[in-house]
Amino acid sequence: MTSGLGAVAYCGFCGKASAEADHSACASRLGVIDPPRFCAECARRMVVQVTPAGWTATCSRHGEITSAR
Amino acid sequence: MTAAPEQVDVLGVAREQVLEQGVGLSEEQVLEVLRLPDERIPELLELAHAVRMRWCGPEVEVEGIVSLKTGGCPEDCHFCSQSGQFPSPVRSAWLDIPGLVRAARQTAETGASEFCIVAAVRGPDKRLLSQVRDGIKAIREDGNDIQIACSLGMLTQEQVDELVDMGVHRYNHNLETARSHFPNVVTTHSWEERWDTLKMIRTAGMEVCCGGIIGMGETLEQRAEFAVQLAELEPDEVPLNFLIPNPGTPYENYPVVEGPEALRTVGAFRLALPRTILRFAGGRELTFGDLGAKQGMLGGVNAIIVGNYLTNLGRPAQQDLDMLTELSMPIKELSKTL
Repeated sequence: MTSGLGAVAYCGFCGKASAEADHSACASRLGVIDPPRFCAECARRMVVQVTPAGWTATCSRHGEITSAR
Repeated sequence: MTAAPEQVDVLGVAREQVLEQGVGLSEEQVLEVLRLPDERIPELLELAHAVRMRWCGPEVEVEGIVSLKTGGCPEDCHFCSQSGQFPSPVRSAWLDIPGLVRAARQTAETGASEFCIVAAVRGPDKRLLSQVRDGIKAIREDGNDIQIACSLGMLTQEQVDELVDMGVHRYNHNLETARSHFPNVVTTHSWEERWDTLKMIRTAGMEVCCGGIIGMGETLEQRAEFAVQLAELEPDEVPLNFLIPNPGTPYENYPVVEGPEALRTVGAFRLALPRTILRFAGGRELTFGDLGAKQGMLGGVNAIIVGNYLTNLGRPAQQDLDMLTELSMPIKELSKTL
């Protein structure tokens, strides 16, 4: 499993289309302060479990992604 | 002609009162500290650090926390992304027992002496308490003797007794903010209800962990009020959080507390609470960045949460452990009290 923070259709922080708006504020938090909350492929809200050393985020359609660390 | 009354400097007073005698500052004195100009922050932090070293010692208590039950909380704490009353993107999740055991193991591997199990609830029901009991048992069966704390909301006496029976040594229940500001932050329960739970915890012999969040629209006066209300409780530990304005919450557009203001707050709280474990908790990454965290550790803080928080991410644990090494601050060993 890998982090899903790479090239994406939807922003993992706000859930809006990546091409639709300025996501610089999202980028300053995603992966730094926040795990992804929205699926990068379909923008569904994901079930996220944060643990002391990482996180897992699960989309009901596209499965699970996890933090790299 | 009479001489003008001599201006009494609050840090001069604190040096005698807090550093030498171990008596925390009063509300008025804390307020004076919170109003100090930026150029006096280094002096404040130096004094706060001296107070911490004198009354707590050089050790740093390291803790990891994990969310056992995330989201879907019926309460309306305006800062919290786990409230079911706001359009937050945080969805409900339960951590299973193997996941809890892994989280405890990850925490112990950092050298931490504390592991806190947290649930986003008004108070625990039978299912949650049963999960906590099974979880603690499984952590012990894994050969992990880390000290276990819990944060499960408001408790009944029966639930307090049950947690004592499980071997929970410390209970976290934050008052969050000054009593006068609390109704602006939470409307589904009262400050007094939280206070009652804290009193039951103390009476039952568990250690009391109680702090709050800075930057929720409180005035400086209310910040000073909060510091002395905490001091009145005499908690074993005070976790100091700085607001993370989370999407969907009523506070999503609140400004992040700026570094100098946060450092003044850290110093002021140490001078109000000379003997308490003062823990850097959530929001420090956003407020301070890397440099400020170090300044805080040299400004009265003697405990940290390492790794991630409940729904937000923290710095990698190793980064904080390296910082402690660089500062020559030893990590408190398991089972040793400050």
